[in-house]
Amino acid sequence: MSLKYDGKFSVRGGDFKEAGKVAVEIKGILKKFGIDAEILRRVAIVAYEAEVNIISYAKLGKIHLQVHPERIVMDVEDEGPGIEDIELAMRPGYSTASELIRELGFGAGMGLVNIKHCADEFKITSMVNQGTRLRIIIHVPAR
Amino acid sequence: MNLASVVKTLNLKVACGQEHLERPVRGGYAGDLLSDVLANSREGDLWITRQSHQNIVAVSSLKDHAGILLVQGKEPDMDTLEKAIKEGIPILVTEGGTFEIAGRLYRLLHERS
Repeated sequence: MSLKYDGKFSVRGGDFKEAGKVAVEIKGILKKFGIDAEILRRVAIVAYEAEVNIISYAKLGKIHLQVHPERIVMDVEDEGPGIEDIELAMRPGYSTASELIRELGFGAGMGLVNIKHCADEFKITSMVNQGTRLRIIIHVPAR
Repeated sequence: MNLASVVKTLNLKVACGQEHLERPVRGGYAGDLLSDVLANSREGDLWITRQSHQNIVAVSSLKDHAGILLVQGKEPDMDTLEKAIKEGIPILVTEGGTFEIAGRLYRLLHERS
């Protein structure tokens, strides 16, 4: 199956000023492919939450987007502290966000939960003091 | 119902986006936690919040909100205004609190069908 789009987006840790920039860009790219609104919504949430997690916790990260005719794949990778207890991190409301982050309205502890909820397939791996990886796949129904 | 009617009836101040007031308002969402707004608000909602920093613009853009309504007379930061103008997101301001303005907006949207 031919790949419709293949692109990588860098995200800098701590760059709260630009939070959401990549997600908005990804949404714009997918809109041009005429992707269904419901799927666009899910991709937007995944991209945004992944981007904000990199900004909130990591030094650096990237989001690799691949658009196939029947699925959208996002591979997110960062260099950072990693997650010691993934099960705990996946618990709704659990957050390690700083006071500053919370004051901005981030750090509600719902990021990974929301990503998993929007994905058809979700995989998370992490190494402490190295970083975290996510793989999100969203199926695109044939028209 | 469009933003222009809502602005007029609820006596809101327009901080930016005067040229986008013909946009329809399909509903409303009140929230200050960005993940919550991202997950639960809908296209066409007028987002009521006290968060005035620039990150609200991306959220509103991603969700295709009708616009953002800041409460308690909170003016948007300069960065926020710049981003909102660039993205075409109207920002409105009200002196009242969230409870009051959400109630008035809700009533307005549900009285006229």
